[in-house]
Amino acid sequence: MTASLDLDLRRFTRPLGGGTHLTVWVALLALIVLGGLRYDNFLSAYNISSFLGYNSMFLLISVGMCLVIMTGGIDLSVGAVAALASVVAALLSPDGLIVALPGGVATGLLVGAINAGLIVGLRLPPFMATLATMLAARGASLVVSDNRAVSVDWGSDFTTLGMNKIGPLVPWTIVIAALVVVVAWYVLERTSLGRTVLAVGGNAEAAHLMGLKTGRALVFVYLFSGACAGLAGVFLASGYGAGQPLEGQGWELAAIASVVVGGTLLTGGMGSIPATVAGALLFGLVFNLLNFENGLGVISLSAYWQSVIRGAFLLVVILLQVRLARPHPTKA
Amino acid sequence: MAESLLRMTGIQKAFAGVPALRDASLRIGPGEVHALVGQNGAGKSTLIKILTGVYRRDAGEVLWQGRPVDLKSPREAQGAGIATIYQELTLVPQRTVTENIVLGYEPRKPWGAIDWRAADARAREVLSRFGIELDLHRALGSYPTAIQQLVAIGRAASMEAKLLIMDEPTSSLDEKEVETLFGVIRGLKARGTSVLYVSHFLDELFQVCDAVTIMRDGRTVGETRIADTTKLDLIAAMLGRDAEEIRAAGRTEFSVGEQRAGEVFLEARHLASDRRLKDLSLEVRAGEIVGLAGLLGSGRTEAARAIFGLDRVTGGSLKVGARAARIRGPRDAVAAGMAYLSEDRKVEGIVPDLSVRENLTLALLPRLSRLGIVDEARERRVVEGFIKALGIRTADMDQPIRELSGGNQQKVLLGRWLALEPRLLILDEPTRGVDVGAKLEIQSIIAKHVEQGCAVLLISSEFEELIEGAHNIVVLQEGRSVRRLSNPGVTESRLIHAIAEQPDDALEAAQ
Amino acid sequence: MSAQNSLTGRGLGGVGEAPAPRRSRLNRRLLGLAAALLALVLLNVAMTPNFLQLQTLAVNVSQVAPVVIVALGMTLVIATGGVDLSVGAVMAVAGALAPLIFGSGWGVANPGLGLAAAFVGPLLVAAACGLFNGSLVSFLGVQPIIATLILFISGRGVALVLTNGNLQTFTNPSFTWLGTGRALGIPVMGWIALALALVVAVVVRKTIYGRYLLSVGGNERAASLAGTPVATVKIWTYLICSTLAGLAGLIVVAQNSASDAARIGNLMELDAIAAAVVGGAALSGGRAPILGTLLGALFIQLVGYTLVANGVPDEATFIVTAAIIVIAVWLQDSRRRT
Repeated sequence: MTASLDLDLRRFTRPLGGGTHLTVWVALLALIVLGGLRYDNFLSAYNISSFLGYNSMFLLISVGMCLVIMTGGIDLSVGAVAALASVVAALLSPDGLIVALPGGVATGLLVGAINAGLIVGLRLPPFMATLATMLAARGASLVVSDNRAVSVDWGSDFTTLGMNKIGPLVPWTIVIAALVVVVAWYVLERTSLGRTVLAVGGNAEAAHLMGLKTGRALVFVYLFSGACAGLAGVFLASGYGAGQPLEGQGWELAAIASVVVGGTLLTGGMGSIPATVAGALLFGLVFNLLNFENGLGVISLSAYWQSVIRGAFLLVVILLQVRLARPHPTKA
Repeated sequence: MAESLLRMTGIQKAFAGVPALRDASLRIGPGEVHALVGQNGAGKSTLIKILTGVYRRDAGEVLWQGRPVDLKSPREAQGAGIATIYQELTLVPQRTVTENIVLGYEPRKPWGAIDWRAADARAREVLSRFGIELDLHRALGSYPTAIQQLVAIGRAASMEAKLLIMDEPTSSLDEKEVETLFGVIRGLKARGTSVLYVSHFLDELFQVCDAVTIMRDGRTVGETRIADTTKLDLIAAMLGRDAEEIRAAGRTEFSVGEQRAGEVFLEARHLASDRRLKDLSLEVRAGEIVGLAGLLGSGRTEAARAIFGLDRVTGGSLKVGARAARIRGPRDAVAAGMAYLSEDRKVEGIVPDLSVRENLTLALLPRLSRLGIVDEARERRVVEGFIKALGIRTADMDQPIRELSGGNQQKVLLGRWLALEPRLLILDEPTRGVDVGAKLEIQSIIAKHVEQGCAVLLISSEFEELIEGAHNIVVLQEGRSVRRLSNPGVTESRLIHAIAEQPDDALEAAQ
Repeated sequence: MSAQNSLTGRGLGGVGEAPAPRRSRLNRRLLGLAAALLALVLLNVAMTPNFLQLQTLAVNVSQVAPVVIVALGMTLVIATGGVDLSVGAVMAVAGALAPLIFGSGWGVANPGLGLAAAFVGPLLVAAACGLFNGSLVSFLGVQPIIATLILFISGRGVALVLTNGNLQTFTNPSFTWLGTGRALGIPVMGWIALALALVVAVVVRKTIYGRYLLSVGGNERAASLAGTPVATVKIWTYLICSTLAGLAGLIVVAQNSASDAARIGNLMELDAIAAAVVGGAALSGGRAPILGTLLGALFIQLVGYTLVANGVPDEATFIVTAAIIVIAVWLQDSRRRT
C-alpha cells in the first residue's frame, strides 16, 4: 500500500530530478515568489526575457558540465571555449547564421575532441587536461581576434538568434538551450550511453568489467560539453554584438557551482539534469534579485557585494548538503 | 571425455617481467561445474582475467567451443557467452538495483529508448530466483554486502551465458544464502550452463562441483573429478607437499609454550560499537596471545577497530592497563601502548610512494623528532636495526615500499608498530597474502615479542595459526563473543564446532 | 593586462625522464628540468638581444617571484591530494588591505606601527582564509575544489568591496621597497622567494610536518591509522598556502605602488598549479618536490620571456604553455601506468 504510493510519488517527481533534488526547485520557486511580491518590475516582460536570455548561456555550460561531472571528471575549458567560439562566430557572421552557428559549435566540438583525446587516449587527469585546453583556447581566441573584441556583421541575420524573441517573453536562445537540456536528459535517462556515463562515474573499473563501452561515454561527455560551450559562445556573440576573447573567465567555476547547487556530487555516478537546471537558474536568480534589491535603494549593494553573496550562497548550499548527505551517504 | 566447452593450454603471462602464469591450463565441459583452487598468488585470478579479456596472454592457446579465440575485452568475452562475477564487487553502488542488473543489456522500446518497466520486470524476475525482494529503485550501495553479492550473481546468471565464472562468490554470504546460491548453480547446470567456481572454502566444492583444477605457482598441477579426491589431497596439491606430512606436522612457526601470562593489560566488558560489534568481552595479558576466531562478518575486525578507537564505542567498558580508558582514535590508542596492524595492507597500511624508512617510522615520528625536526641519524639507526631484526629484504632503506614483495611490506608494517614497543599488539590477519617463507618469519617475530612480554590480540582465518599460536581463543558470532577456548587442548574440530555448526570454514585453514 | 602577464610563458616541463617516486628518478627529473632551463638560457644568449643584462634578470625575477611564492603553498596543498583555487582571491584581499591600513589616519599618524600592521594584518587575514578552506576540507569533508571555490568566488568581491573597486595608488617608499627594492642587483622579492623555497624545502624534508604531509597525501587511511593527525596537517597546509598567497599579494601591490583588487592575482591559481605540476607534483598527492616547483616556475617564465622577446605575440604563449602542461602531466602519468 505505502510502497505503491511511494512509487507513484516518485514517478511524479522524477521529471524534476527525484525527491532529494526537489529542495532546489522549492527554493527556486520561493525566490521567484519573493521577487514577485517585493519588486515591482521583477515579473515584467523585460526582466524575464533578459534573465532568460542571459542565463541561457549558463544553462548550456552547466548541463554540459553536469554530464562531465557525472563521469567523475571536470571540464575547466568551457569558459575559454565560449570566448573562442564567440570570436569564431563573430568572424563568420558576414556569412549569416547558417554558417556562424555551426562554426561556433564546431569550434567547441574541436576543443571537446582534444579534451577527449587527452583524457581517454593519453589518460591525463581531466583537471589537468582541461586546464591546458582552457589556456590553449584562451590563447587561440586572443590570436584569432587579434586581442580585441570582434564586432559582428550587423547586416547579416546573425544577431537575430541572440536578440529575437518569441512573443515578449521568450528569447530564442532559451528555447534552444531548453532543447539541449531535453536532449541531455533523454540521453541520460533513456539510453544505454547515458547509463554508461553514470556507471563510469560510479565505478569505472566495474563499468569496464561489466562490458560497458566506457571510452565512448567519456568521449561523448567531453564532446557534448564542448559543443554546449561553443553554442554558448555563439549566443554571446549574437546577443551582445561582438566576439569577446576575454569573456567567460570563471564561467567554468560558475558552472561547477551550479551543478553542485543542483545536488550533484563531484565524485561522479550521481546527479540530475533537471536539478542542475534549477541550480543554474537559482544561481542566476540570486544575482537578479540582488540587482532589484539595489534598485529599491533600501540598502546599497555595490556590484562587488554580489560575488561575495554568491560565494556565501554556495557555502550555505554546501553546508546543507554536508548535513543532508551524512545520514544517507549512498542514497542516489 | 566429451567435447570441451573451454580448453586453455600452455597459458603464460608476466607483469613487468615477473611471471604470474608459467604454464596454466584449464578444461571445462558443457554443463559442468568446475572448481579452480590454489593458494593466494597461484595465478587463479590472472587466469580468469585472461579468459574474460581483461588481460592479454603472452603465450598459450584458448579454444572456445572448439575454435581458437582471442578475447580482447570484457565486452567481447560477454559477447562470446562468458559471464563473470569477480571477487571484488564490481557493481556501481550509486546506481539502482535495476540498473546494476541490466546495465549494458537494457531492454529497449521499439524506438530505441530504454524500457525501464521491462527492466524492472527483468530485475524482479532475476532476484526472485534467490527468493529476495528489493526496492529496485534504491541505490545498490545502501544494501548489505551479501545482497550486493547476490545482485552481482543475479546479473551474471541472467545473461544466458554458456560459461559463468564465479570468483569467491560465497565470501560474504551466510549459510542460507550459500544454499540458495548452490540451488541457482544446480539450476544453471540443469540448463546446460557451465560454471567455473573459485573458492577458498573447499567443502563447498564437494557439495556443488563436478571436477577440480589445482594451481600452484602459476602452473596447473592437477585436474581430477571431484569424486576421486579428498580435501587433504587437495590441500597437499595446493601446497606442493605430501599429504601424510601435513597430517603429521604443524604448519606454523607458533608453538604454545607454557602459559606465563602476566598482568591483564586489556579488558573489555560487553563492548559494543556503531559498526557490527554488539557484545565483546575478553582480556589479554602481557606475554599472551589471545586469538579472535569467527566467520567473516562475525565482528573480528570490528572488535579490533573498537578497541583501537577507530569505531565509536556505544556500550560496555574498556580497561587498558587496569585503568578505564577512553580511546577516541589511533593517537589515544598509541599513547595507551597499543598498536594495530590492520587487515588491508594496501588500503590501510603502506604509503606506497614513501620509502621503507619513512613507512617504518611513521608511527614513531613524534618520538624521533625534537621541536618538529626529525632526527634522521637516529631514524636511520632505528630502521637499520629493524631491517636486520625482521629480515626485511630491500635494496636499501630509501627504496619505495611499493617495490617490495607483499611479505616484506608486511614486515615493514610490523616494524612500524614494533618500533613503538607496544604493550599490546593487535594483529589482523598478519600473514594473509604473503608467501610461505615470509609467513613463518613473521610468526616467529611475533612469538619472540610475546616471550618478551608483549600482549597480542591475533585475528586470523587460519586455524593452525590460532590453534598453534594462541594461548586463549575467543570465538565471535554475529558481533558477540560466545566462547573462550584455552590452549593446550584446542583442536581444529573443537574450534570449528565453536565457530559454527558447519565445518566449511575449517578449510580456510588451507590458505 | 596583468592577467595576461601572469599567464605568459610556461616552460617545457616534461624534459628529462619520466618522474618516479624513486628518489633517484625524481632527481633525474629535476636534473632534466635544470638542463632544459640551462639550454633555454644558452638559446637566449645566442638569440635574444640584450639577454645577458642585469635588467633582463631583474625583469624575469620580478615577474616570477610572486608565482614561485604562491606555487610553494600550492605544491603543499597538492601534496595532500587537494588543490587551492582561492589563492588569487586571497592575494587580492591581502593586497587591498595593506594600503588601507598604512594609508588610514592611524597608519599615517604612526608610520612605523602602521607599516608593521600593514604587513601582519593582511597575512593574518590570509591565514584565516586558509583556516576556512582547511576546515571545510578536513572537518566537513568537502572536496577541495568546491571548498576553495567559495573563496574564489567571494574573496575578490571582498577585496573590491574594501576598496570600492577603485584603483588605490599610494606612495610609501618603505612599503614599496618590498616590490621594487634590490639587493645585489636582484629584486628583494626574488631573494624572498628563494629563501621561502629553501625554507619550505627543508620543512618538507626534515620536519615531522613534512613527513606527515607526504603520508596523508600518499595514503590518508594508513596515515590516520598510524596516528598521524590528518585534520591538523591538512588545515596547516591550507593555512600555509593562503598565507604565502597573502604575502604574494602584498608584494604585487608594493611592486605597482597601487592596489587594483580586480586584477591582483587574477588567474594565479593556474600559474601556481602549472608550476607545481611541471615541477613534478602529482594531483593525486603524496609528493612535494619543492625544488621542482621552483624550477618549473622559472622554466615557464623563461619560455614565455623567450617567445615574447623573439617576437611571438603574447597571446600565442598561452598555447605553448598548454602544450607544456600536457607533456609534463603525460610524462608523469606514463610512470603511474607502469
